[in-house]
Amino acid sequence: MYIIRRVLTMLLTVWVIATLTFILMKLIPGDPFSTEEGALPEEALENLYAKYGLDDPLPIQYLTYMKNLLTFDLGISMEGSGRSVNDIIASGLGASATLGLLTLLIALVFGVTLGIIAALYHNSIFDYTAMVIATVGISVPNFILAPLLMKFLAVDLQVFPVANWGTWQHAVLPSIALASGPLAIIARFVRSSMLDVINQDYMKTADAKGLPTYRILFLHGIRNAILPVVSFIGPLFVSLITGTLVIERIFSVPGIGRYFVDSIFNRDYTVIMGTTIFYSVILVVVLFLIDVSYRFIDPRITLTSKGGS
Amino acid sequence: MSLLEVNNLKVNFKTYGGTVDAVRGVSFNVNHGETVAIVGESGSGKSVTVQAIMGLIAHPAGNVQGGSIRFKGKELLKLNKKQMREIKGKQMSMIFQDSMTSLNPTMQVGKQISEGLIYHQNVSKREAKVRAIEMLKEVGIPNADKRYEQYPHEFSGGMRQRVMIAIALACNPDLLIADEPTTALDVTIQAQVLELLQDIQEKKDTSIILITHDLGVVAEGADKVIVMYGGMMVEKCSVHELFSNPNHPYTWGLLESIPNVYHEKKERLKPIEGSPPDLFSPPKGCPFAPRCKYAMNICMEEVPDLYDIAEGHSSRCFLNDELAPKIAEFSDAEELV
Ligand SMILES: Nc1ncnc2c1ncn2[C@@H]1O[C@H](COP(=O)(O)OP(=O)(O)O)[C@@H](O)[C@H]1O
Ligand code: SF4
Ligand SMILES: [Mg+2]
Repeated sequence: MYIIRRVLTMLLTVWVIATLTFILMKLIPGDPFSTEEGALPEEALENLYAKYGLDDPLPIQYLTYMKNLLTFDLGISMEGSGRSVNDIIASGLGASATLGLLTLLIALVFGVTLGIIAALYHNSIFDYTAMVIATVGISVPNFILAPLLMKFLAVDLQVFPVANWGTWQHAVLPSIALASGPLAIIARFVRSSMLDVINQDYMKTADAKGLPTYRILFLHGIRNAILPVVSFIGPLFVSLITGTLVIERIFSVPGIGRYFVDSIFNRDYTVIMGTTIFYSVILVVVLFLIDVSYRFIDPRITLTSKGGS
Repeated sequence: MSLLEVNNLKVNFKTYGGTVDAVRGVSFNVNHGETVAIVGESGSGKSVTVQAIMGLIAHPAGNVQGGSIRFKGKELLKLNKKQMREIKGKQMSMIFQDSMTSLNPTMQVGKQISEGLIYHQNVSKREAKVRAIEMLKEVGIPNADKRYEQYPHEFSGGMRQRVMIAIALACNPDLLIADEPTTALDVTIQAQVLELLQDIQEKKDTSIILITHDLGVVAEGADKVIVMYGGMMVEKCSVHELFSNPNHPYTWGLLESIPNVYHEKKERLKPIEGSPPDLFSPPKGCPFAPRCKYAMNICMEEVPDLYDIAEGHSSRCFLNDELAPKIAEFSDAEELV
């Protein structure tokens, strides 16, 4: 029951996003074939419009698109290469997913560790250092951090390549740039969550059982402190996706984000629609999985109850 | 030798507002198989006293400033963390007031029982589980096999407190400390839980320190009583003495505020007027002086010593001084309960 309702909601969400994107996209002045100089002859333009169905009335264009969407056909890129959007997404997916997952991993592992150290050594030099790092991480946008990383770690120290893609070394700098913000947010969150847990009665119970410190800390403390972080992965994922758009460009990563940004500049309608829908599907699926996994991680939550956090 | 000998225990907490002298010189013994009750208004230092005994006072804010705690002849205040772990949860264990917050919400209750067994008795996981299920049965939880795998929120308040008791008793301790184990429960459930504690005590000859607000509970189940006020022990005596020959004016106040269960008509309770002392700056003299009907000049100036009233009965009140005026005997309180 819950699952059915959730799946329907997810479909509805994707449909709303697709429709809004369609409307907004058509509101941007210009189209894929208009250039500033108006270089193309009238006749050629008309041919192109006809080829891509752009001469139909808007409602018809919309219905056609939705009909194709039902068969997972995202259309052909209008930018001239003739590649299908499905093909473009498939070719960028590897790089984007690698970058995204690596970033998620860095943000979670370092964010949680930093937060817990800060809480355990509350009000000590560790705590202050961790929180300074976190504050810097939150306040410096990744598009500023990116060139700084390039300058110091790639150009000056030459430990990592400046840009491009291929080896694991290529993934390091863009991942760090992307992870810094989420890492900092997680660190602060885990710190306050852990400080809260340390003062809970059940920690005293664990202590009164005479358990060794590591057991009290890990099994009773940290486990409970990081549970709420799961609810964080959703929004984190959103910021990751928007983040990759910029970072993939800066570091010339051949991911989906780069195509997406280019497609907006080129008014490449099918690519804009296709990548947006792809991202929104990923997003609703991830949010769904987080909700479900919450049920397994936190016994107090049942799937029938409303909301996750 | 008593099982537990607490001598002149002092505990303070450093806070942003200053230093709180939570416990200011408490001394008592607990013998084998005996139940010692600690009574007093909230904030009088009861929990801090027993937490100090269990080694649960958290540094650096909390400090056990002085005194001695001898358990089976061993000075606990001199033990390091590792040595203390050999005692906590194994030879001495504790039940807390609020079973909801005192159990880990995300761990199966059975595992919360068996983890102590695994650690202290060096048994396998499987063996620990068998024993934990036995414990659950022993404290009167039906369907113990199934209950083992459930989480605290799936239990009622009374059942959760039974789980707490199972955790505390898992390693068969010599001393069980129960800090207001029934305050958070319904009246009928309270009685059941207390009965369970008494049964276990009889069966296993466990010594118990029981913190309670309820003098009725004291009358029924305790051997000795310690009355605490403002971080101090103001009276210490046998339960019989407490009701037949109470000495301290604060104890009188407590006895007068007992709800009289045997009388049909509702008598108005007489709570003690005023509020407990501010432990940041405790009164110079007797902590009870600002609320005491009988306070004399000296009471504002000096802290009274413990006066011996009878065998095993002492009271921290100047009225026992030879020079003090005699107060008409407090009416026999035994009939109240
Ligand atoms: N961790 C702590 N930090 C600061 N003050 C504390 C702490 N624990 C207890 N106290 C203070 O010690 C006093 C006694 O508390 P407690 O022993 O809990 O009282 P009781 O159990 O008798 O109600 C109270 O004034 C309380 O504010
Ligand atoms: S010492 Fe004085 S103030 Fe304190 S209880 Fe006795 S009479 Fe009252
Ligand atoms: Mg208390």
